[in-house]
Amino acid sequence: MFDPEFVFEELLPALNRGLLVSIALIVPASILGFLGGLAIGCLRGFGAPWMRRLGDCYTAIVRGVPLAVQLMMIYFALPKLGIYFEPYGAALLSFIICSAAYHSEYVRGALLSISQGQIKAARALGFNTLQTVLWIVAPQAARRALPGCGNEIIYLIKYSSLAYLVTCMELMGEGKVVASDTFRFTEVFIAVGAYYLVMVTLATWLLNWLEKRYRIPGFGSH
Amino acid sequence: MAQQDIVLDIRNISKNLGGKDILKDCSLKVARGELKVLIGPSGAGKSTLLQCINCLIPPDSGEIILEGTKLNPENTRELCAFRARVGMIFQDFNLFDHLTAIDNVSIALRKVRGMNAKDARDRAMEELGRVGLANRYLLYPAQLSGGQKQRVAIARALAMDPTVILLDEPTSALDPELVGEVLAVIRDLAQNGMTMVMATHQMDFARALANEILFMQNGVIIEQGTPQALLAEGAETRTRDFFTKLLSDGE
Repeated sequence: MFDPEFVFEELLPALNRGLLVSIALIVPASILGFLGGLAIGCLRGFGAPWMRRLGDCYTAIVRGVPLAVQLMMIYFALPKLGIYFEPYGAALLSFIICSAAYHSEYVRGALLSISQGQIKAARALGFNTLQTVLWIVAPQAARRALPGCGNEIIYLIKYSSLAYLVTCMELMGEGKVVASDTFRFTEVFIAVGAYYLVMVTLATWLLNWLEKRYRIPGFGSH
Repeated sequence: MAQQDIVLDIRNISKNLGGKDILKDCSLKVARGELKVLIGPSGAGKSTLLQCINCLIPPDSGEIILEGTKLNPENTRELCAFRARVGMIFQDFNLFDHLTAIDNVSIALRKVRGMNAKDARDRAMEELGRVGLANRYLLYPAQLSGGQKQRVAIARALAMDPTVILLDEPTSALDPELVGEVLAVIRDLAQNGMTMVMATHQMDFARALANEILFMQNGVIIEQGTPQALLAEGAETRTRDFFTKLLSDGE
């Protein structure tokens, strides 16, 4: 059953190659997705009425349409409008868009939990709206939203496997090719699953560390 | 002083909220170094009046004149600059929960005044020292007692070098044993010539330190005068009735 030559010569080199692409998708998508979600969440909480509506529409559409469909639209439909993406670019863009929509929901919830009194105090000191959001509201909202946003990042690691749908050869894509070539589906997908499990575990540790690092006494439920 | 130096001139402020007149034609003039005390039953409009002065609640009509310049609240830049010159102390402190005591005091210096980090820290330490909290500068609001939080809030207002400070019942949310330390800080400010308008229920404090007491009821300033005049033995004033009632309730 266990064939070391297949595993070490063929499977693992392919999966490692795919892992690098997966990481190149996940890391920027999680960072930009979080920042985008923070910005959209703040706009939905504090922006002019038209900004709030725009943000609400964005979230409703992105959350309402399956990610696989969005990915297909970006890769196959946008070229009709003259906008072309490499597989990697299309996957990255759709992950950022999707991730930002979910993050913005967590951030919006966190914004609502910040006391109006602090916002009043900032205004009374002469802060304008942008400064109030940037220096008083966002740092607190980000901390409150961190557990929820961490959850979204864990999801992102797993839905990054959809990138193979647009021929971006990440972990899942490489695994699928090896499996089709060799018909060793069991070994290949057990290995692919283990790779994702390890990534999620590492991400969980990192997120726990971040929560500890930015913890403030008397803030949140720790 | 032959010519009184009027710092803050509030003219005919009115405010209607939800069809109810909260403030009706309130006017007051505050001279430099003066402490004006607003008293009156709860719901009289004291807090609304203070928040209308710096447009945290925008008044429906009336004029706000600071050191001779009339405020145009429509102009955001002008409004922010105005607020930076008018300190505000709230009943429930409203410290920034994610910042240490020193950062609470220095953040407006850096972000609003554009001061560099080191100068802002030095200035913040100086103000924390003034309210007796120099050794607590690294603590977060949740680690401070109510009285300490309010003193940090006062340091935060003082750091901006305000022309006038508005105090909205600064001791009402405090446990009785913590009221004294906050009043002591405010007393020091008054004695050092800080211009202040304060809403309070601390009658002894008002009697001892106010240059003038304004009695509010139903959104109107109905009596105005020195504590001696309003509280004189046999004076037939609402202020005196209110004082007597509060004192007898307290016993």
